[in-house]
Amino acid sequence: MLNMIKKIVTTGIVTEKYKAPKDDELETLGIEIKRRIDKKFSGSIAIRQVDAGSCNGCELEIHALNNPFYDVERFGIHFVASPRHADVLLVTGPVSRHMQTALLRTYDATPNPKWVVAVGDCAVCGGEFGQSYASCGAVSNVIPVDVTISGCPPTPLALMKGLLGLIDSR
Amino acid sequence: MNWTTDFLNQLIDVGISLDRRDAINRVSTTAVWQIEDKHWQQFAITALVENLRWVAGWAEQADEQFMVNACFEKNGVYVVLRTVINAVKPELPTQATVYPAANRSERHTQDMFGIKFMGHPDNRRWTRHQAWDKHQYPLRKDFPAQGSPVEITPPDMHYDFIKGHGAGVYEIPVGPVHAGIIEPGHFRFLAVGELILNLEERLGYVHKGIEKIAEGRTPESLARLAGRVSGDSTVAHCWAACMAMEQAADVIVPNRAAFIRGIVAERERIANHLGDMGAICNDVAFTFAQMQFTRLRERWLRTNATVFGHRLLMDVIVPAGVRCDVSPVACELLKQDIAWLKKELSEIIPSIDLNSSLEDRLYTAGYLSPEIAAAFGTVGYVGRASGQDFDVRRDAVYPPYNQFTFKVAVEDQGDIASRFWVRHKEIMASLKLISQFIEQLPEGDISTPWITPVIDSEGLGIVDGFRGEIISYVRFAAHNKIARFYPRDPSILNWPALEKLVLNNIVPDFPVCNKSLNGSYSGNDL
Repeated sequence: MLNMIKKIVTTGIVTEKYKAPKDDELETLGIEIKRRIDKKFSGSIAIRQVDAGSCNGCELEIHALNNPFYDVERFGIHFVASPRHADVLLVTGPVSRHMQTALLRTYDATPNPKWVVAVGDCAVCGGEFGQSYASCGAVSNVIPVDVTISGCPPTPLALMKGLLGLIDSR
Repeated sequence: MNWTTDFLNQLIDVGISLDRRDAINRVSTTAVWQIEDKHWQQFAITALVENLRWVAGWAEQADEQFMVNACFEKNGVYVVLRTVINAVKPELPTQATVYPAANRSERHTQDMFGIKFMGHPDNRRWTRHQAWDKHQYPLRKDFPAQGSPVEITPPDMHYDFIKGHGAGVYEIPVGPVHAGIIEPGHFRFLAVGELILNLEERLGYVHKGIEKIAEGRTPESLARLAGRVSGDSTVAHCWAACMAMEQAADVIVPNRAAFIRGIVAERERIANHLGDMGAICNDVAFTFAQMQFTRLRERWLRTNATVFGHRLLMDVIVPAGVRCDVSPVACELLKQDIAWLKKELSEIIPSIDLNSSLEDRLYTAGYLSPEIAAAFGTVGYVGRASGQDFDVRRDAVYPPYNQFTFKVAVEDQGDIASRFWVRHKEIMASLKLISQFIEQLPEGDISTPWITPVIDSEGLGIVDGFRGEIISYVRFAAHNKIARFYPRDPSILNWPALEKLVLNNIVPDFPVCNKSLNGSYSGNDL
């Protein structure tokens, strides 16, 4: 127990500071925001992550958002276990045809108003997999998309800027 | 002296005649044995008696015929068994009644090629859900890569799950969309009270047609695709595919490139093990470890980005070499990273080792017996925590590992704790390996010119990823184009073990059982 406390104290706080990104910064990061979250929402958004066919690379970087360096919860962004609790769907992968109905149902189960963020090259444009007998390609081929964050996979920094851009509180 | 000579004599004794090719190509030592289709099962029976491990199964179409392959291994010596069957009425006796590991693989081949495995114990579809018709087979040559999909693919409603009867038995359906940030798949539990009576996995949700869209690609393009079979094993899959292509093309990678491949592969192993160890602790609500390990992982990934230009090391390995060199400054940085991680672990590990709440949850939970681990041919930390003393890096060596020795972590405790500690031991071994790679990094080129392989040349890449052995089969068509690509992720062998190790555990312990195995859904579904 003492070891643990000692380690916690000596580690200190590693969380890094981030400013809300400017529009041109979003552009250079390959982030496109078509619609922003209503001002009334700002300060707290609940995210339901849906892997609709990714290779799991994007999931690793989304996980990193919760590590102590990024600690995305301090911006009021938290991940929830059910689409019924969510404001935002964070969708990765080209949408595999086997996941198409599951994604549509998840979208339907999310209460209005809702926003969809497509994460990673596959979700944005089909990426390495494109469209085929097994893949619908981009998320926008299946459900409406409000924000796209490119990258293979996008870095946690790009993910955070994209999410902060979405909840722009200006 | 390897086992094949004796084994060949035994095959003669049971009346199996075979056509022998001593190696699949000029570089590899893997032999190809071609037998008649009627002996397919008898071969498996003889192989099981001799304790051969079933490794992988795949098929391919050649005009009016199908070529079916199964790969076996013993003491690090691999053999590809092959038979040719007529495409008009493609049938083959099953090996799944002999080797349970062949079960899902044969069902995959059945769904993708329409090859019927006679006497198969489970005739349900596996990879096919509803995206294509029962009488369509995506990997046949006459099936277009675009297929003929309907506007909205219907859900796969009528899969015949095993039913439980009797008072107090109830079903819990979970997925495909899970409650965390994880990949999709379906689990069907039969439970009595909190106790798991049976678990059935239904995967295939992230089937992206990787094998089909690989056809016709160039080597560079296939390497990129292979790096996305399973994102967490991007280095290992890419390496396996490149190794297979390099064998086929008769290209020898410069030694410096092999060392850099070794460095990135071991860095990938460490990053994933750090993530898993944190996540296992998190699944039993021990967040101290989760926070510490994710912190270590993040710093480790940042060094990846600084030195190799990508946090997860995607596309660092390319056919015939590596994309980026390691400068002396970068070597210094990598060395500092090793010293730093060793120090951090020396502070964190004792607090975890002495923690009674962790002991309560992790010891004896999710027990996988060495017998079951062997029967399913499990690999990596899942196998090694259950007494399976096998590591491709030691037993079927490839550069740079042929120039070093290291200790393979093996335990026979078989529980979640054991899978946790095997990961820790592997991190320590990998740290030592990376130091040695950097210390002895040879001078020279980091890539060599590509040679267009002759038509029909094939290769079998075998490497050890963080989950264990990865097999990658490649055959070339004319003009440097890929004719067939089959990657076998370690998850394909490990997933069935999850159904066994959760039995008699309580439902709330399923997440930690699952995390301790950490199968890749994408690598399984292709």
